[in-house]
Amino acid sequence: MNISLGPIQYCWSKAQVSAFYQQVASSDIELIYLGETVCSRRRQLKFSDYLELAQILRASGKQVVLSTLALIEAQSEFTALKQQIDNGEFMVEANDMGAVEVAKSLGLPFICGPSINNYNAASLQKLAAWGMQRFVMPLELSKHWLERVLTDLAPRQIEVEVFGHGYMPLAHSARCFTARQQGLTKDSCQTICIDYPQGVLAQTQESQPLLRLNGIQTQSASYIDLSDQQQEMERLGVDYFRVSPSSLASIDLANNLTKSLAKNLATKGDSDVSQDNGSETNLACNGYWFGQAGFEQGR
Amino acid sequence: MELLCPAGNLAALKVALNAGADAIYVGLKDDTNARSFAGLNFTPKKLVQAVQYTHRLGKKLFLTINTFPQPGEEQRWYQAIDIAADLGVDALIVADLSLLDYAHSRYPHLPLHLSVQASATNLGALSLYKREFNIERAVLPRVLSMKQVRDLAKVTPVDLEVFAFGSLCIMAEGRCHLSSYVTGQSPNTGGSCSPANAVRWQEVGDQRLTRLNEVLIDKSNINEQMGYPVVCKGRYITAENKQASHLLESPTSLNTLSLLPELAKANVASLKIEGRQRSPAYVEQVTRVWRQAIDTFLHHPEAYTTQAEWDKALAKVSEGQVTTLGAYERTWQ
Repeated sequence: MNISLGPIQYCWSKAQVSAFYQQVASSDIELIYLGETVCSRRRQLKFSDYLELAQILRASGKQVVLSTLALIEAQSEFTALKQQIDNGEFMVEANDMGAVEVAKSLGLPFICGPSINNYNAASLQKLAAWGMQRFVMPLELSKHWLERVLTDLAPRQIEVEVFGHGYMPLAHSARCFTARQQGLTKDSCQTICIDYPQGVLAQTQESQPLLRLNGIQTQSASYIDLSDQQQEMERLGVDYFRVSPSSLASIDLANNLTKSLAKNLATKGDSDVSQDNGSETNLACNGYWFGQAGFEQGR
Repeated sequence: MELLCPAGNLAALKVALNAGADAIYVGLKDDTNARSFAGLNFTPKKLVQAVQYTHRLGKKLFLTINTFPQPGEEQRWYQAIDIAADLGVDALIVADLSLLDYAHSRYPHLPLHLSVQASATNLGALSLYKREFNIERAVLPRVLSMKQVRDLAKVTPVDLEVFAFGSLCIMAEGRCHLSSYVTGQSPNTGGSCSPANAVRWQEVGDQRLTRLNEVLIDKSNINEQMGYPVVCKGRYITAENKQASHLLESPTSLNTLSLLPELAKANVASLKIEGRQRSPAYVEQVTRVWRQAIDTFLHHPEAYTTQAEWDKALAKVSEGQVTTLGAYERTWQ
């Protein structure tokens, strides 16, 4: 198993994004996804900027995948999607069936992100026949599901990736919730998302953190942290453990996981391979992996 | 323009047809459809009666098989498709790739409608499902503006069906995990959003606390009109606003009576009424109003205006007695 870094889901300034990927370039992380996956109104970076970052990352030895929007509504978004997929250099992560169609029509291989509905082996095989190389397990599914589906898929032609760390994208809407909580609408949003680099935390009236509003996307309030499940994932045959970035610290985390994985492999047979997550584990919401409600801590 | 109405049982199906529905959609009494609630839906035996009754009136019956089978469970879904084909339903409403594939390869003459749970919102997705599975129709998620529906209608390779009335789902359907995040069950996996066994109401003084798997999603005055509790319609607080509010959406229903001329002009093939989980009285009331509205429009398209008594009748059966145009209207977004 290896570590991947998912696309930045938030709206950060161009300078912040560039600084982020500069640091990524000098890390040990092998697989990097980048691109705007949430809202086409976020225009801090143009597609050509992402392409440039992708080239820089590739030059520093990374595998790079360009991630596409999860919700494609306007014709202009579909036109832009076609250009992104037909970039001539990089593989894409399809986050909508429209992207699957474009890649398939062009005869290009692709990866299915977590918002493509893959619930059984027959669907995965269909997508594999259309060119899917790897899929990210849908968030609401469990370790048990993964074990069964991988048994059904054997011998396996495709790779599997698990969303292992970060705030979980739970839903996408036509409505912008970040704008709404400021009394704005999507069309008059003033790219207000840029003021909330980790979204807007929504709590219940009993002060229980519940959701994180990120533009048209709704996330989990807490992050998933399955880093102590790496051994289990390796046993199951997971190829990539995804870290979804929320700040520069995510790079350190992904980098440390990469290093410790490499170390574990080198010292196979060593029983002490557990990860020390400190107090962070107390906050994590790992329920889905254990077949429980997603917000539960999970065990 | 077809008026497509929901039925959770034979009584609802009969009143809908008598009130003027052109077609009815139903589900089997199990988790093969996304309205799997206790006491609802059709056994295969009841489905036979439903098909017979509907066809005797020259109307159509569609079977909804729009959840996603998980490893080891596929057989139940395949059987549902076999039953539907055997009974001669007029179309299957399906979301999962493997089920579309199964239905298309086994029963190529059985029309397939792409369920809203497949979350197809653009030409690319529609083209894929058309080419691979020869779908006849797609149900559009409630995330498109009227202009986007119009634009898509001009280029779509399949007929389009839109939601005209009913509970408002504000997320791209089929890809919303909010229910499973809080309750462990989602429409995709368990066949229902906010399963009833996870809901608990608590009365404290003059307040009603609404809990979903013990998570407090709303606190309201006891006299306040409430909708069915779902995560996206709860009241929450943020760091900047300690006054609890409907951060995502308030309890409200979609009502597109005023958009009828535009939907007709866009060549939308079918208007869908939401609510298989609702009572026969609701189905009858809503069907009657929409039949009148469509007939009024067809009779004199230019003179069509929404009549106050229609809106009033629909508001009575709406969540929170409030209606909206939802995403069809840009300012809602």
